Amino acid sequence: MSILIDKNTRVVTQGITGNTGQFHTRASRDYANGRACYVAGVNPKRAGENFEGIPIFGTVREAKEKTGANVSVVYVPPAGAAGAILEAVEADLDLVICITEGIPVRDMIAARERMRKEKRRTLLLGPNCPGAITPEEIKIGIMPGHIHKKGRVGVVSRSGTLTYEAVGQLTELGIGQSSAVGIGGDPVNGLKHIDVLKLFNEDPQTDAVIMIGEIGGSDEETAARWVKENMKKPVVGFIAGLTAPPGKRMGHAGAIISGGKGTAQEKLAVMEECGIKVTRNPAEMGKLLKSVLK
Amino acid sequence: MKIHEYQGKELFRQFGVATTRCIAAFSVDEAVEAAKKLGGSVWVVKAQIHAGGRGKGGGVKVAKSLDEVRDKAKQILGMQLVTPQTGPQGQKVRRLLIEEGADIKKELYVGMVVDRVTQRVCLMASSEGGMDIEEVAAKHPDKIHKVFIDPATGLADGDAQDVARKIGIPDASVGKGARLLQALYRCFNETDASLAEINPLIVTGSGDVVALDAKFNFDDNALFRHPDIVAMRDIEEEDPLEIEASKFELSYISLDGNIGCMVNGAGLAMATMDTIKLYGGEPANFLDVGGGATTERVTAAFKIMLSNPDVKGILVNIFGGIMKCDTIATGIVSAAREVKLSVPLVVRMKGTNEDLGKKILADSGLPIISANNMAEAGERVVAAVKGR
Repeated sequence: MSILIDKNTRVVTQGITGNTGQFHTRASRDYANGRACYVAGVNPKRAGENFEGIPIFGTVREAKEKTGANVSVVYVPPAGAAGAILEAVEADLDLVICITEGIPVRDMIAARERMRKEKRRTLLLGPNCPGAITPEEIKIGIMPGHIHKKGRVGVVSRSGTLTYEAVGQLTELGIGQSSAVGIGGDPVNGLKHIDVLKLFNEDPQTDAVIMIGEIGGSDEETAARWVKENMKKPVVGFIAGLTAPPGKRMGHAGAIISGGKGTAQEKLAVMEECGIKVTRNPAEMGKLLKSVLK
Repeated sequence: MKIHEYQGKELFRQFGVATTRCIAAFSVDEAVEAAKKLGGSVWVVKAQIHAGGRGKGGGVKVAKSLDEVRDKAKQILGMQLVTPQTGPQGQKVRRLLIEEGADIKKELYVGMVVDRVTQRVCLMASSEGGMDIEEVAAKHPDKIHKVFIDPATGLADGDAQDVARKIGIPDASVGKGARLLQALYRCFNETDASLAEINPLIVTGSGDVVALDAKFNFDDNALFRHPDIVAMRDIEEEDPLEIEASKFELSYISLDGNIGCMVNGAGLAMATMDTIKLYGGEPANFLDVGGGATTERVTAAFKIMLSNPDVKGILVNIFGGIMKCDTIATGIVSAAREVKLSVPLVVRMKGTNEDLGKKILADSGLPIISANNMAEAGERVVAAVKGR
């Protein structure tokens, strides 16, 4: 088992005809069971065509009906990305993974409000995230597949390359991953650390979790308090941005210390209080996780 | 993106948020002309810079005659204004705002931000105007009133009136206050703001509710649909290196240290800065080179880092993943040659063809130090800069 996605997942790609969508659909299809998993693409203007054998449909709903797709991945450019997310939500898929970076916050506020008000069951991962991978089964997103190894450690992170760094360290130590999930660097997003930790907690194939955060917001603190009360498995953590100056947006739209809130120091302190082992050295994330494995 | 107070007040007026009468001035003569045009006998001469806390640094002064307007404008225009938000070097004042004197009966605070937990716009209001809102939040959290606004309906009449009353707007002016709050929300929403702040919002002797200040931040991701706001950008208020970097789609932020770093990915870039600090160094910048570390972009990144005279060494940390290390190495070598690199360069890269990449670096004849992981990279660059 794993969380969110596995070899039985069927994926529809929204934005399959753009350069990014094509590049990453190809790489994802070539990973593990990708050939069976990637079943459809969507582009209203190109319905009836195909991308290297993957059929293109006019709508997500049609793609779902014709192919059984239950998860979508969104590479649509920022101006139309929130609309693409809502289309997948309205088609009642299990999960939408939005890779797109640069979606206006107002669009995401409106999309999230609709998802809540209409009590939609579709989960959202991202936007502005690398995606999710269950090693040796399926990869949905832009992460390099080859650095992963099948195993029993969960990884959840707001950042892309820093997740790869953690995964790379684990794999070098011979420790495999059950699933690695990037929740993205935007201030208004879908699944948060706490949601992914809950899934790892329930997953019989996950023994321990690395949680990676960064400056901005208070999601890491919320997750840490939940861990203290509920988590049955060891969690270790790292927070990027101890040296980040206040008031400056550090690349990610959500990575900003505002009004003295959202500092790495504060997050690390709460995580430690809640029994999460943390390191201040990003080169030691893998070692730290190894130290808590039985 | 930030704008000046006078531009914020223009936006306020477009959306029906009442402001004081005021005119922007770019010279001392224009300041005096502005005061004449406004009439009256009391004016406020205000420095226009993007940082807050201007009053504390001497950037806001009252004038009671046209001669005084001239004197104060002379003092402020061109000064290096230091406020709690500018850092010790301050910010040069290039623009002024001349504002009519206001008859202030009450000073209040109103702000709007995006709340990440509720994923809604949050209206924050307080009776404690003129103070730093973080200070109020720390000392009197009970005096901050919040409404999380439903994007489908906007700020409801009842909520707006309720907040207006709670922050001490007198009964006779509650209607005016509520309308101002609703107009502020429309303005925030329709301009894709990420922050709007009125500090202070005042109640005047005649019962009007008026914005005495205007502070805005806008969502950079939404600027594509607001050419009118992009036109308000004042690049003289921004770091020239950050502007140069944005031309190459590099995300760059200047810091105070002496070790430049170039990394792919924002999270890894922050983690790399943290590593430099951990091994006893100080990062000179944040620089996310993005997914495509091409020769052109790496060269641009090197030039930008090296135009900071404090930089005594550079650390490159690329988690290639899908990218090939030999391609990255070729880019680094040709960039280092082009900028005639004279400071130590430590490179850590990870990805396909790592050994081939390292060989290219070693064979280049350039003084490039390879590192196998982030810890080694941090240690080596700090040692190189300290001459060990």
